Amino acid sequence: MPPEMPEAQRIELRAKLGLNDDIATQYLRYGEALLRGDFGQSFFSKRPVVELFMERVPNTLLLTVPAFVLSVAIGLCGGLWAALRHNSLFDRSLTTATVVMQAIPNFVVGIATILIFSLSLRLLPSGGMGTWKHFILPVITLALATCANTAHLVRTCMLEVLAQDYMRYARSKGLSPAVVVLKHGLRNAILPVLTIMGLQFGGLVAGAVVTESVFAWPGAGRLVIDAVMKRDFALLQFGILVFSAAIIFANLLVDVAYGLLDPRIRER
Amino acid sequence: MKQSELLRVENLRTYFYSQGRTVRAVEDVSFSVQQGSTVCLVGESGSGKSATAFSILNLIPKSMGRVVAGKVLYGGEDLLRISQRRQRTILGNEIAMIFQEPAAALNPVCTVGEQIAEVLRTHKQCSAREARRQAKAMLDRVGIPDAQRRLDDYPHQLSGGMRQRAMIAIALSCRPKLLIADEPTTALDATVQSQILGLLHELQADTGMALLFITHDLSVVAEIADRVLVMYAGRIVEEGDVMQIFDDPWMPYTRGLLKARPGLHSGDGSSRRLSAVPGDPPDLANLSIGCSFRPRCCHAAADCAYRPPDLETVRGHSVRCMHWRQIVEAAGEPEAVL
Ligand SMILES: Nc1ncnc2c1ncn2[C@@H]1O[C@H](COP(=O)(O)OP(=O)(O)OP(=O)(O)O)[C@@H](O)[C@H]1O
Ligand code: SF4
Ligand SMILES: [Mg+2]
Repeated sequence: MPPEMPEAQRIELRAKLGLNDDIATQYLRYGEALLRGDFGQSFFSKRPVVELFMERVPNTLLLTVPAFVLSVAIGLCGGLWAALRHNSLFDRSLTTATVVMQAIPNFVVGIATILIFSLSLRLLPSGGMGTWKHFILPVITLALATCANTAHLVRTCMLEVLAQDYMRYARSKGLSPAVVVLKHGLRNAILPVLTIMGLQFGGLVAGAVVTESVFAWPGAGRLVIDAVMKRDFALLQFGILVFSAAIIFANLLVDVAYGLLDPRIRER
Repeated sequence: MKQSELLRVENLRTYFYSQGRTVRAVEDVSFSVQQGSTVCLVGESGSGKSATAFSILNLIPKSMGRVVAGKVLYGGEDLLRISQRRQRTILGNEIAMIFQEPAAALNPVCTVGEQIAEVLRTHKQCSAREARRQAKAMLDRVGIPDAQRRLDDYPHQLSGGMRQRAMIAIALSCRPKLLIADEPTTALDATVQSQILGLLHELQADTGMALLFITHDLSVVAEIADRVLVMYAGRIVEEGDVMQIFDDPWMPYTRGLLKARPGLHSGDGSSRRLSAVPGDPPDLANLSIGCSFRPRCCHAAADCAYRPPDLETVRGHSVRCMHWRQIVEAAGEPEAVL
């Protein structure tokens, strides 16, 4: 509630929102509403939070899905190539780059790309949605944040797998290098990568929230940030609920995928 | 029994590089394998047997070491110098290898059927269905019961003996001319071991393939070998026909091994391991200039410390020891072991 609100209005609002009850009662009321599928209304627009949130979700998916695909593609290829050319210039550059990338916060990358490509070179818009050009910077910023992690992981796991006996055995069968690396190597290396990527899904969500804010992208992440700023609690609560559910769901998905890919797990 | 030569290894040298040290795992090894014959490579743990096998197939990982010299002649070509593409048409097809540890060599996330079928599809260009049919036939052939169902099993679902049989099935699926078997029976109990040996013998008779059999079990050698190579500290220290080695061993190391061994026909089936000779093998990264067996040799003389013995060949029987004549003479007539 804004501090400059008149006292009379404040008392009225407190009563209406039930803020005079003790915390436990408020919490129970909230939980009961959740079970009824009632997530409340935004304090400001007075519209149901579900509606507000859901209209923004497509924009967020439009940003995160391409970024995720790009990130996995870069991470997988980069990590794989670095492992295959262990200790080469490429491998060392990639390792250095991944360490640096992991240390730089997402918003710094976003701001840096805006400074370079929008302000100095004037090639791309710095924010908002509209043409395909608006996609480039936010997608790349978000992809960069997660691909460094993926590349690093793929490289480490693949290096481990390359040293295994079954890789040499596969070569002793006269199989082509592609079959050896992809079928016998990557299929084994991908298992730990998958687990950790599932755990890092939260990072992608966090990255999306930050990226949307930096690039004024009208997505769900930005909505939630706005809710924080305006103390729109019902909206904020719902946003956090959805993000948490998404993270739990992603981990569930990883567990299922793991079971499908690793016969030693499937058994049990 | 006059045969023609299938494989000839000449002056093979393989070094591993680790922690700034050079491990001379294979040092000037030469031998040949005749078509359809069985050559046994014996030696204690760490003597360079596996390194020799991997060098022949040019499968020493660059990150670990490399073949620094030598030739592996097969059908007029040097396997160490042909193109990768040409090499792939030979590996798994004309020359197949059974690895020392099936549990580690079989891919854990691939079914057994797939691991057989992929070799057939690669080398024999057969369809997926035909490859699967042949894979089943191979599993039947190596005595895996319920083969149809086993095709879809993963390696971890098989017992040790079954995994070994599966590896044999993979190795033999393209009917190779040479099978390199790296201690295929070491990890197995005596019954399974003799079953596997019997199976290999049978398959060899069927297909006429040659066998390079690596082991450190002398009773197995006596059972299957035509020719025996004794390896010590990366070198061949004695080579001969199975009779020459078992009846009349020249090298003190081989003599020690055979003395420590129960009679061949004692029937107790116990197999002594090669650690039966007292003492430890030398550090391959730090070999002395003299005979590398000297610290463990009870016949060592002064010159053994600084003069490396050459391989000396008499009537197809080779020995690497400077004093073998005196040693054999002093011991008198060899007791008849066979
Ligand atoms: N990757 C490696 N790096 C360094 N040294 C190695 C490597 N692989 C093998 N060696 C060394 O090379 C020597 C020969 O090893 P190899 O595996 O050929 O022995 P082996 O005769 O097959 O023994 P085993 O009966 O135990 O299988 C050993 O001394 C071993 O320590
Ligand atoms: S050369 Fe000398 S040390 Fe070596 S085996 Fe012969 S006698 Fe023993
Ligand atoms: Mg070995």
